[in-house]
Amino acid sequence: MRLEPASEEAAAEAVRRLAAERTPVRIEGGGTRQAVGRPIQTAATLSTRALAGITLYEPAEMVIAARTGTPLAELERVLAEKGQMLPFEPMDHRPLLDSTGEPTVGGMVAGNHSGPRRIKAGACRDALIGLRFVNGRGELLRAGGRVMKNVTGLDLVKLLCGSWGTLALLTEATFKVLPKPEAELTLLFEGLAEPEAVALLCAAMGTPFEPSGAAHLPVGIGAARARTLLRLEGFADSIRYRADRLAAHLREHGPAQRTEGAESAALWRSVRDVLPLVEPGERAVWRLSLPPKRGAEAVAAIRTARACEVLYDWSGGLVWLATAEDEDAGRAAIRAVCERLGGHATLVRGSIDLRARIEPFHPTAERVRRLETGIEDAFDPFGLFNPGLLRAGR
Amino acid sequence: MSGIALPAPDPRILARKAAIVAELRRLVADPAAVIDDPVELAPYETDAFTAYRRLPLAVVLPSTTAEVSAVLAFCAREGVPVVPRGAGTSLSGGAIPQEDAVVVGVARMNRVLAIDPADRTARVEAGITNLAITEAVAEHGFFYAPDPSSQLACTLAGNIAMNSGGAHCLKYGVTTNNLLGVTLVLVDGSVVELGGAALDSPGYDLLGLVCGSEGQLGIVTEAVVRILPEPEGARPVLLAFPSSEAAGACVADIIGAGIVPVAIEFMDNPAIRICEAFAKAGYPTEAAAMLIVEVEGSDAEIDAELARIVAIARRHGVTTIKESRSATETAQIWKGRKSAFGATGRIADYICMDGTIPTSRLPEVLRRMDEIVRDYGLRVANVFHAGDGNLHPLILYDVNDPDQAARAEACGADILKLCVEVGGCLTGEHGVGIEKRDLMRHQFTEAELLQQMAVRRVFDPAARLNPAKVFPLDLGIAA
Ligand SMILES: Cc1cc2nc3c(=O)[nH]c(=O)nc-3n(C[C@H](O)[C@H](O)[C@H](O)COP(=O)(O)OP(=O)(O)OC[C@H]3O[C@@H](n4cnc5c(N)ncnc54)[C@H](O)[C@@H]3O)c2cc1C
Repeated sequence: MRLEPASEEAAAEAVRRLAAERTPVRIEGGGTRQAVGRPIQTAATLSTRALAGITLYEPAEMVIAARTGTPLAELERVLAEKGQMLPFEPMDHRPLLDSTGEPTVGGMVAGNHSGPRRIKAGACRDALIGLRFVNGRGELLRAGGRVMKNVTGLDLVKLLCGSWGTLALLTEATFKVLPKPEAELTLLFEGLAEPEAVALLCAAMGTPFEPSGAAHLPVGIGAARARTLLRLEGFADSIRYRADRLAAHLREHGPAQRTEGAESAALWRSVRDVLPLVEPGERAVWRLSLPPKRGAEAVAAIRTARACEVLYDWSGGLVWLATAEDEDAGRAAIRAVCERLGGHATLVRGSIDLRARIEPFHPTAERVRRLETGIEDAFDPFGLFNPGLLRAGR
Repeated sequence: MSGIALPAPDPRILARKAAIVAELRRLVADPAAVIDDPVELAPYETDAFTAYRRLPLAVVLPSTTAEVSAVLAFCAREGVPVVPRGAGTSLSGGAIPQEDAVVVGVARMNRVLAIDPADRTARVEAGITNLAITEAVAEHGFFYAPDPSSQLACTLAGNIAMNSGGAHCLKYGVTTNNLLGVTLVLVDGSVVELGGAALDSPGYDLLGLVCGSEGQLGIVTEAVVRILPEPEGARPVLLAFPSSEAAGACVADIIGAGIVPVAIEFMDNPAIRICEAFAKAGYPTEAAAMLIVEVEGSDAEIDAELARIVAIARRHGVTTIKESRSATETAQIWKGRKSAFGATGRIADYICMDGTIPTSRLPEVLRRMDEIVRDYGLRVANVFHAGDGNLHPLILYDVNDPDQAARAEACGADILKLCVEVGGCLTGEHGVGIEKRDLMRHQFTEAELLQQMAVRRVFDPAARLNPAKVFPLDLGIAA
């Protein structure tokens, strides 16, 4: 059964029917991230495709709202017309997952997808100020609102952002946005070993020059030589000044080349979408979240157990790791290292068998999981939404 | 004032006071950490929402997470309500106790545990004051960004519970955007770690849920916060306007021009006069409205950005432009604004409202607010964070005149309803507490409130943590 409600009321009505029949449902946006998480099978699929359109845009207030089925590209185009953007630079998973379709606003919120600028401007969850959603009882509800500051009641917006469609059907999302920077410039250091590169990135993030991207591509990842990247964004005169200061501050790591405009943008797009790790396509790809300064240390420890290729973003706090898809694709080794260093690991790309065999999402502590189960019951008492996507038995 | 209903204490708990106090003393290392003498309990009877006050059963000031855990486990077994407390500066009555409750104050837990410039984090005990975090990391060239005006006194624990903001949040965000992890003691005494030094954590965003939960999901004992490198420099400009509309339009154009200052603060004429009389900050007392706009960066960057801002202000008929040229002048300009509440307190009693509105509705809201206040025969002074629409109308009244007090409370409620009506919310940073509890139905439907309460019940099925706050009492605790 395929449902395609064209209004929030119709969506709520559809969920009420599913609830009455206890029919689990897969929620589908653009379908570009279907291959993330545990494989699930449901009798029904609900597409947000027809729940589309910008519902509010106030450029002078830096606020935009859209129905969740709105293509992300449309939201970004409308913002660009007024010289604005989403602050968090959401990743496009299509190259990595070899998927087609159009990423939607809802899919982005459901996964809290955030790119390189997250290191400076915060994640999707930080820019998301309001949601409308349908809970598992088929009630159409609101959380947050359209104003920048709002502490009225429990912040359910945070809970729903990153819940991968397991708590509720999101129908509309409201964001605070930022002016698009006038210019960008990337400082590029070549030939650094991974520990030194991460140290450089962390040192740069500790300066007042506000890098809006801090990434490292090791030897052979997209180019023969290792590249360490720092992005500056803002008014042209200001970024040139900051680039000079930053390069001087970091000169012990060698001279910095400069890349501007489209060339710089292309570099960051390839970091954002993990392009250098896409091929060969049969490898598993993990996303490691770590205290930034531990990035290279984690990778070194994992390499003692297995071969892998990596790409660092967020000053070392985000490591993309591609490795052979044998037995557990390194799950035990990777998760043990991450836990020891205060992080966690998510399998973002893997075959359907692998994703059924191991938990793609990092398990939470037992007491925390009990809270999470309670929260699932509080939103979705009949277990309708994307059952089993995050973990078995739900 | 007496408009807000508070539940009657449970006589069975009151009757067991001596035994409860004795057991609490056994659970903490320092016997002086348990207070039960009525005179010593007095400082805990209210917070900065002083119109309401009640003595708690007892106060415990634990020194460790383990002590907090033991106290909560004991109170859970005994069915005793618990009211978490930081410094007691809440403006919404969030920390006001009830007679049958044990107040658990974290003020003694105020150590800095680790500072990590490479990860840009600090791990601290939650009872540390907001300003002490910045003081601790300053030697590394860092600061902690959220800066409530109460930062000298208020604790990080209170900031987390209220998701507090401050003048500089336009650029840096509020508490939730600067919080990476907490140690949370649940109502049954179990201890969970949410988040940490990594940028995100597995599972649902429970950290985001706990921030702003007003002490109803657990007691925060430690936290990891984001620290940021000090900017090279920062300088405000003071801009005065012949009308509030002009000032409001100027704010919209600054943002529309792609400039995001660190702060844009707005004061109307009554606020300007009150603050000037107190702080001698050199404010233009004839102006209808005034903005303080602060930008950061190198001297050249600041000059360039201020020039852009001043050019915009000229298009809106700015009458006074005062750029700070020294640290002293900067401090002077800010001193007036930061002492707004204190200065107002010297001339009258006031209640401080905290609604947020869409900034485009500012001129209309200011006008209608003025009408509302006049209808109640009262006066209002406005100071607020203009960049994000978070209003702080200070309604002036005489606390010794019960009639005026009742009018002030009703007037405040009408103003908040206006904020909601134009698309805003009841509270931008001070929290619901008891103050706005009974207004929640104006912002949320019953189903929405029940959804929030269902989530709360996961953490605290019997609603013993900070009871009778945030959610209207007639909704019960069930959903
Ligand atoms: C003059 C003045 C100016 C102010 N300016 C601002 C401002 O600019 N911005 C702003 O946002 N606020 C402001 N406030 C409000 C107030 O300072 C904040 O709400 C602050 O965060 C409260 O901190 P506290 O330590 O005093 O907490 P308390 O008042 O003691 O408690 C506040 C809430 O936190 C809960 N709580 C306390 N400790 C814990 C814990 N360990 N775990 C769980 N819950 C806990 C309490 O139960 C209560 O609900 C101002 C207040 C005053 C008096």
